[in-house]
Amino acid sequence: MPILQPIGRTILRFLEATGHLSLFAATAVGHCVRPPIYPRLIGRQMIAIGYYSLPVVGLTAIFTGMVLALQSYTGFARFSAESAIPNVVVISITRELGPVLAGLMVAGRVGAAIAAEIGTMRVTEQIDALDTLATNPFKYLIAPRLIAGLTMMPILVLIADIIGVFGGYVVSIYKLGFNPYVYLKHTIDFVEVQDVVSGLVKAGVFGFLVTLMGCYHGYNSKGGAQGVGAATTNAVVSASILILCFNYFITEMFFAR
Amino acid sequence: MSAPAPKIRIRGLHKNFKENVVLDGLDLDVGVGESVVVIGGSGSGKSVLLKCILGLLRPESGSIEVDGQEVVGLAGRERDRVLRKFGMLFQSAALFDSLPVWENVAFGLIQGARKGRDQAKEIALDKMAAVGLGPEVGELSPAELSGGMRKRVGLARAIATAPEIIFFDEPTTGLDPIMGDVINDLIIKCVRELGATALSITHDMTSARKIADRIAMLYDGKIIWAGPVAEIDSSGNAYVEQFIHGRAEGPIEMQVRAI
Repeated sequence: MPILQPIGRTILRFLEATGHLSLFAATAVGHCVRPPIYPRLIGRQMIAIGYYSLPVVGLTAIFTGMVLALQSYTGFARFSAESAIPNVVVISITRELGPVLAGLMVAGRVGAAIAAEIGTMRVTEQIDALDTLATNPFKYLIAPRLIAGLTMMPILVLIADIIGVFGGYVVSIYKLGFNPYVYLKHTIDFVEVQDVVSGLVKAGVFGFLVTLMGCYHGYNSKGGAQGVGAATTNAVVSASILILCFNYFITEMFFAR
Repeated sequence: MSAPAPKIRIRGLHKNFKENVVLDGLDLDVGVGESVVVIGGSGSGKSVLLKCILGLLRPESGSIEVDGQEVVGLAGRERDRVLRKFGMLFQSAALFDSLPVWENVAFGLIQGARKGRDQAKEIALDKMAAVGLGPEVGELSPAELSGGMRKRVGLARAIATAPEIIFFDEPTTGLDPIMGDVINDLIIKCVRELGATALSITHDMTSARKIADRIAMLYDGKIIWAGPVAEIDSSGNAYVEQFIHGRAEGPIEMQVRAI
């Protein structure tokens, strides 16, 4: 039936893209663990992905923590549960908002930059030039970015957690009139190791996904400037969607009863 | 006595992009120390031929031998070993934007030949001097170079590792005639000094006549004529005649529609 043809074609195209991406990821991971490793390039990517993302991730975290405290107060005041605000802030930030928002911000900043850079290298034959100079592009371009994404995102999220909780603390103390000692005691007493660890695991996965999607779309871009533009858009969109999907599965893995 | 084995031997090479047949059973030999130029119109498959030899594209069928070794389907370290025999000047020079000029030239020495950065820089500056670029250029970014300088840096990179085989992809395209001639002279000089085998592709007949020992014409996916450069004007091949004289009329038809 003609109506089934486009559906079938879409499913086939999706399966083909999934297979292609899986092979790309497997090849890239293989090159991450096999020598030669390029420490200089990994260091450079760690600075680009981790250090230069700090301002945007820090700003996101502090305002998120502040808004969270404010919103929780207006809601919880209705049934006299204001004392739960430190708990809500720390749990929300460490488990969910820290890793997810940092992941989305890094997807926009780093994923786009990786896709644009590698995409431009593809369309200007720089990747072919690497290959002819007997240098594997997976080892030289992709593995350092994946390693840097995987290792720097947990550090970024740990910092975002601290800044986010601090944002909630500032609003609670200076605007809502909480006692600083009581607020901090509630925060420290309530948060568990698992809350922070689950957030850091998410961060590692998100860092890997963001850099993988940037590399994948950039590496396979074609057709000049338009192709590089499309690769950049696809990298950000696909990384963002994957972050939200994997967030659910990791949450279920840690906390589902 | 049998003829010496060619450096590069290509037989029955086929390459398609979906329904578009680009190479259709191409045969070509390039002798040791010989400079062969493949001419042909835009889109005739010249760049595809080079990319198939380098393993950047995988042909559908056919054989490519380098020094008697089959290179189609080679992967991993074995392919890297074969690639170390090659140097390539890309049409756009394909310099790495993220590296300064000297590091572009030294790239194959640092990554492939595993030389120290100081030693590699010394060799790179030496190669840059050989193509007429001073050491001050070495610290510039590729984005700061003119088209002619980029080609010269690309040439220095291609010869930096003293390869046995050098490929030149449209070496004079986009350059003014004087700079084109400078590049041609540099190509001749570098190839002679290294004693390398050269395979170039171009549609610039001035360049082809200057740098070639032998010219081969690619048309419709095959080599339709090959011979010494001195014989190209008396090839007796209507396609070659039309191409070298740049005539619109002849057996090679351009698909154009009336306005």
